[in-house]
Amino acid sequence: MTLDQILLMRHELLLIITAVIVVVIELFTERDNKSVIIPSVVFLFLLVTLAGFLPIDTGKLFGGSYQTSDMIILMKNSLNIGVLIVLIQSAGWLKHSFGNFDNAGGYYFIVIASLIGMQYMISAGDFLIFYIGLELATIPIAALAASEKMKRKSSEAGIKLILSAALSSGILLFGISILYATNGSLFFSSISADNLNSNLQVLAFIFIFTGVAFKISIVPFHLWTADVYEGAPINISSYLSSISKASAIFILVILLFTVFRSLLPVWNTVLYFTAIITMTIGNLFAIRQKNLKRFLAFSSIAQAGFVPLGIIGGTQLGVASVIYFLLIYIFSNLGAFGVVSAISNATGKENMDDYDGLYKTNPRLSLVMMLSLFSLAGIPPVAGFFGKFFLFTAAAVQGYYVLVFIAVVNATISLYYYLLIVKAMFINKNESPIETIVNDNYTRAGLFICVLGILFIGFAGVIFEFIESVSKGIS
Amino acid sequence: MDLIYLILIPVITVISIVLSENRKQSRVIAAVGTGLQLLFSVYLVVLYLTERGAGNLEEMLFSHKYLWFSSLNIYFSTGVDGISVSLILLTSVILFTGVLASWDVEYLYKEFFISLIVLATGVFGFFISLDLFTMFLFYELAVIPMYLLIGIWGSGKKEYSAMKLTLMLMGASAVLLVGLLGIYSYSSPTGATPLTFNIIEISKIHIPIEAQRYFFPMVFVGFGVLGALFPFHTWSPDGHASAPTAVSMLHAGVLMKMGGYGCLRVAMFLLPDAANEMAWIFIILTSISIVYGAFGAIVQKDLKYINAYSSVSHCGLVLFAVLMINKIAMNGAVLQMISHGLMTALFFALIGMIYGRTHTRDIREMGGLMKIMPFLAVCYMIAGFASLGLPGLSGFVAEMTIFIGAFQNADLFHRGLTILACSSIVITAVYILRVVAALLLGPANRNFPGTKNDAVWNEKAVTFILILAIVGMGLAPFWLSDMILNSLNPIVQKLALLK
Repeated sequence: MTLDQILLMRHELLLIITAVIVVVIELFTERDNKSVIIPSVVFLFLLVTLAGFLPIDTGKLFGGSYQTSDMIILMKNSLNIGVLIVLIQSAGWLKHSFGNFDNAGGYYFIVIASLIGMQYMISAGDFLIFYIGLELATIPIAALAASEKMKRKSSEAGIKLILSAALSSGILLFGISILYATNGSLFFSSISADNLNSNLQVLAFIFIFTGVAFKISIVPFHLWTADVYEGAPINISSYLSSISKASAIFILVILLFTVFRSLLPVWNTVLYFTAIITMTIGNLFAIRQKNLKRFLAFSSIAQAGFVPLGIIGGTQLGVASVIYFLLIYIFSNLGAFGVVSAISNATGKENMDDYDGLYKTNPRLSLVMMLSLFSLAGIPPVAGFFGKFFLFTAAAVQGYYVLVFIAVVNATISLYYYLLIVKAMFINKNESPIETIVNDNYTRAGLFICVLGILFIGFAGVIFEFIESVSKGIS
Repeated sequence: MDLIYLILIPVITVISIVLSENRKQSRVIAAVGTGLQLLFSVYLVVLYLTERGAGNLEEMLFSHKYLWFSSLNIYFSTGVDGISVSLILLTSVILFTGVLASWDVEYLYKEFFISLIVLATGVFGFFISLDLFTMFLFYELAVIPMYLLIGIWGSGKKEYSAMKLTLMLMGASAVLLVGLLGIYSYSSPTGATPLTFNIIEISKIHIPIEAQRYFFPMVFVGFGVLGALFPFHTWSPDGHASAPTAVSMLHAGVLMKMGGYGCLRVAMFLLPDAANEMAWIFIILTSISIVYGAFGAIVQKDLKYINAYSSVSHCGLVLFAVLMINKIAMNGAVLQMISHGLMTALFFALIGMIYGRTHTRDIREMGGLMKIMPFLAVCYMIAGFASLGLPGLSGFVAEMTIFIGAFQNADLFHRGLTILACSSIVITAVYILRVVAALLLGPANRNFPGTKNDAVWNEKAVTFILILAIVGMGLAPFWLSDMILNSLNPIVQKLALLK
């Protein structure tokens, strides 16, 4: 194996190096001087993110266990951007929860470790690497979810996350083992070369789908979501709902289009119905939420319900629209979580009533929140409109009009509850609104990146064209 | 001549308002920006007429195409014909007068003008779009600022009205979207050309009738809700009544016209077979709109509700005429859009001004305003006469054309419903004259605070511009109706061939 071949793993290698450097910095800084960790990690990660965009070869490694393509690289870069925003946004929380930044190094190390897991998972060429990546992506997050040790809800979130992760892994492994038993191989390429059609193989598919569906929190595998998001620190919730969800959808797309290609009629049916119940249940539950973290949890469940519209039918246009939608979703969701986190850090308030009259005292935060929510709801001219529109187009072109109809009705329902927050901020009167918050530069930078993404990704036709061109390989 | 300026001018105005420092600056910038837009629209009309006069017979003039998403074949393509030019002119007149009418907004003035102009940008974009994608984009862009405008600056049960309006219109756009995507996915029958959203290209192909049967009702209802189609009109009275003056003006004057325009340009033009086949269902619904709206207006006590129900009736007439599938009636439909836009804007502006002096909109509490504020009272009377179709004013021209056109359909069904719709003229006369009597005549009720002063300069300007337009259209309708008639040719031909 030459150096060139090893460098195919550039994304992962850079992350590993970053993780090691984080540990080193953590070791060699004085106890009073821990705050230096934040800028250095953010700066390092910015470099890693930028380096991800440099031209890179594609190919296979380790006899096909590891593979990259232009599309996979694009997925990794989207995740990197999202994590960069999360890392920046976490600064405020780290300062607020751990006055002297005691945990900063550990926190950053764990997040980056989890990201390494995701990137290996997306790049996997066989089920072994896939499984290792998946576990590496999830288990560290459980530790972070429980990191606010003094709060019962935080511990509960950690336990819930680890238990549901373990359960889903079990189901997933069962599926993988059935597939191995019927096929004799763990490699994606050799499994997909076989024509999967026996009932046992369909069963294996269902198990594997279920395992991944837990991570995406597709209904009915969503029951852990709201409790974990509510209990975990906000930045972990935003990481789970954006990055973790997006990476699971990425690997689902890859699995469906490569390994389970021959089961297309089966997974079309599965996606059709899970899409409908996921959107509907997510939306109906979101309407009743008063706590904003729970609210965003159900909203993110509903958002995931739109994704199958692009996957269904298995077209290149569909895959492109899924990646595009997720890219926009990462920015919009992180924008909304960023505002909730900024306000929660400053005041500890997380309920919808607390946001009454927010525009009077914090016009900028309110505007960012409004843009993010409009983007989530799919209102032009912000990016969310384009993301949703293309998903709907991809499904409609193949004749799934009923599904599209249900989806647009759901989009209208979701607009209702997103408008409730807009109403609270702009219209409702409040005797004692949240006082004016002075944000630190990290929060500002994090929100600024989100707003840039929300405003410009939609208009930039080139981005969609680029995504479309790299998703050629898959179908 | 590039139509994109119609979007750029409002966008630049919005940016300048963001940068403005105080209330005076923002409102002056808003007035200058919308005034420029008005001048530009007049210039556009002149250019359009000279171009047509020089023998340019293209379907759409000044068309431009900017590639946006090439893999989906989405362009930002713009172009205008006589119908869109006249509606653009209407929009800019109402936008300009709307800004003048909200000269005294104090609460969050910047945000108010920004939302108002963003809304108008959506409308302008909608009227110049020749691509279903951008058309839909601008349609939604025009609806959303409405929520904030009514919710923040409205009155009465504003939160309920704002939410109801937004959800009903967005629900309608959901139905519409499915219809539009359906048209898109059938836009390449042979598979030789890529699928397209372009209206002109789609109009040249034939979509299978089976597909049209599904998508026509979706598109027609989707746009029809915005045009207050019965039974989906309920957002309109509440919305109008709760909205601040300028928003009511723009909303009833322009936004509801997007519904009629969309039905004509997309539903009828692109799905002609189903339009011929299914028109009868919607003719019945619109007839109900017309009569029901007029009766609704009779029993209302609130000035704004009266005018809102009257709008339901008049906008029902627009859709009714569109469905008659005949050139004269469709011409009347467009004339009615413009006429109703102007007079309803005048009505709402006057109601706003009267309310500012009397602090009530209940007609039972008012009386004798003719003695207290003669200028506004006379203007109100003129608006009322235009609304009930007095010859010499715009309403007469429009309604006359519609009924003449509609009556040309020789069968009993069309004629019977036309006669029914005609009866709305009488009912309109009842409620208009009743309001005029209760509001303006009789003994003066002088207990209102601030009733001493009559209209001030900006109010005079608003009423003057709108009355000028109403009278102008009433006395010299032919340049307008010729412009519209010629542009109706492709649509009517396509519908008539299949009849």
